[in-house]
Amino acid sequence: MTLTGKILLVALTLGLGACTNADRFGPGGPGATDASMGAFGDPTDPTSQAFFMETIGDRILFEVDTSTLTPQAEATLAEQAQWLMANPAFNAVVEGHADERGTREYNLGLSDRRAAAARTFIVAQGVAPNRVSTVFFGKERPIEICSTEACYSQNRRAVTVLRAGSGV
Amino acid sequence: MKRFLLCVLALLAPLATPAMAQNGPLRIEITEGVIEPLPYAIPNFIAETPGAEDLATQISRVVAADLSGTGLFREISPSAFISNVTDFDTVVQFPDWKAINAQALITGAVSRSGDGRISVKFRLFDVFSERALGEGLQFEGTETSWRRMAHKVADQVYSRITGEGPYFDSRVVFVSETGPKNDRQKRLAIMDYDGANIQFLTDSSALVLAPRVSPTGDRVLYTSFETGVPQVFELSVNDVSRRALNLGQGAQTFSPRYSPDGRSILYSRAGGGNTDIYRYDTGTGNSTRLTSSPAVDTSPSFSPDGSRMVFESDRSGTQQLYVMSAGGGEPRRISFGPGRYGTPVWSPRGDLIAFTKQNEGRFHIGVMRVDGSEERLLTASFLDEGPTWAPNGRVLMFTRETSGAQGAPAIFSVDISGRNLRKLPLANAASDPSWSPLLP
Repeated sequence: MTLTGKILLVALTLGLGACTNADRFGPGGPGATDASMGAFGDPTDPTSQAFFMETIGDRILFEVDTSTLTPQAEATLAEQAQWLMANPAFNAVVEGHADERGTREYNLGLSDRRAAAARTFIVAQGVAPNRVSTVFFGKERPIEICSTEACYSQNRRAVTVLRAGSGV
Repeated sequence: MKRFLLCVLALLAPLATPAMAQNGPLRIEITEGVIEPLPYAIPNFIAETPGAEDLATQISRVVAADLSGTGLFREISPSAFISNVTDFDTVVQFPDWKAINAQALITGAVSRSGDGRISVKFRLFDVFSERALGEGLQFEGTETSWRRMAHKVADQVYSRITGEGPYFDSRVVFVSETGPKNDRQKRLAIMDYDGANIQFLTDSSALVLAPRVSPTGDRVLYTSFETGVPQVFELSVNDVSRRALNLGQGAQTFSPRYSPDGRSILYSRAGGGNTDIYRYDTGTGNSTRLTSSPAVDTSPSFSPDGSRMVFESDRSGTQQLYVMSAGGGEPRRISFGPGRYGTPVWSPRGDLIAFTKQNEGRFHIGVMRVDGSEERLLTASFLDEGPTWAPNGRVLMFTRETSGAQGAPAIFSVDISGRNLRKLPLANAASDPSWSPLLP
């Protein structure tokens, strides 16, 4: 009886843990795991990193097995590019990701395509090419963990991570 | 690696006069499809020196686990034994083994010398023809390598009865995984083919993927993110030292694979939205680009003679398999069924290519002939991927991942007949197995 109760309690705790974990990376992406919201400034201040991450949006999403930019993605990337041009103290790394419905190595290549597509668009807006680099993680870094399209659509993404530039 | 002494036993057991064989020679023809596993008896090996009893029992248990684990053999419970074997050189009472329908009988003995070394000997008998099948053999090695000696005994029995090459005395490099799906910690590890003797080769500080063991079994290529971007590394199993291969300044590389002679390495290079296959010459340190399509060209694998390679590419629109000369040239597509095909691996026997297939929302491990004909799917699940061949080309291991928030990968094996699907008994989640050659 008590044992059953304990197991239930543990299960509940785990369940809660999973819920909060789902957006553990928050809007900052994996590079910002331990930072509270405030560390990136005021999201209403257009020069803040928080503005870039939340108000503009640091990520764009892709359809299944494509690296084509949707109109919405292009709008986001255009604003990211404007922000980068207005804030030359920052460089950007575009991280490409894939959902879990593919083989590991193909997903690396696919996520590289996604990162490159986003970077190409940003650079075409006028950001200096040497300020934007890419990296790809395939299906290795999901932010949503369910196995339905609701999660997959959030994982098929390219995230633009800001880095303090070295005297650009 | 430890060296083993192997000698044919000089003293053959005084055999009973061969009676008229009731059947043909003891033999399992796997290719014809085995329905009934062959029943065999393996009395606990005899301890020939004091204190070797536990070891003798453990060794016989591992031999039995190897054989029964193939699905081709069925162990007869010792409780059914009529006579027992108390002396390695005693005359076998064949009628007692026939009576319990043991078709094969394995006897053995273990002795211990004072200096930490042990000796294991065995004989295999065809019960119904009342004859030894092959010669008795003796292996010597250190006591700590007792499992390897058991695998060597089982390999002999397996090969003599099936005619297939041995594979139990081999290891598997893989990725050990812990933690939730959105914070997975991955480490390279190596284990015996049956999941025993796990050793970790890296810590979990950097993401590691898809290890590939060398033809000599002592080195491992893998993809590591320890510099922040994916790069091919090479690790020495013996001292666990590792280094990034020099594949170009800042090159983002993955999907490495050794050539059969170990002198070159195929890999994929990406970073600008296009993934191509390159060949690295370990002698000169130079890389040559082998593909140049705007597609994702990846997962290359050499033919056993090193003259050709198979890889996957989505140049036609979806992932498909292509065969090409190992020096480059015009690839020829070999996969034409419905769905998409990836992660091709050329069999060590040269006759088949194993692959992952995705079709209608399911993932499969399959095999086809090297010209793409006679495709057969061996498995089906939410997510199966990344087959690797046993040294004898009879068995595949692969990753099977379960779905959902609690989903996790495990390593499975399956016979190329599609029978005997088994999950490796590992404590942690595990993925990306790479099967070593038979150990020296």
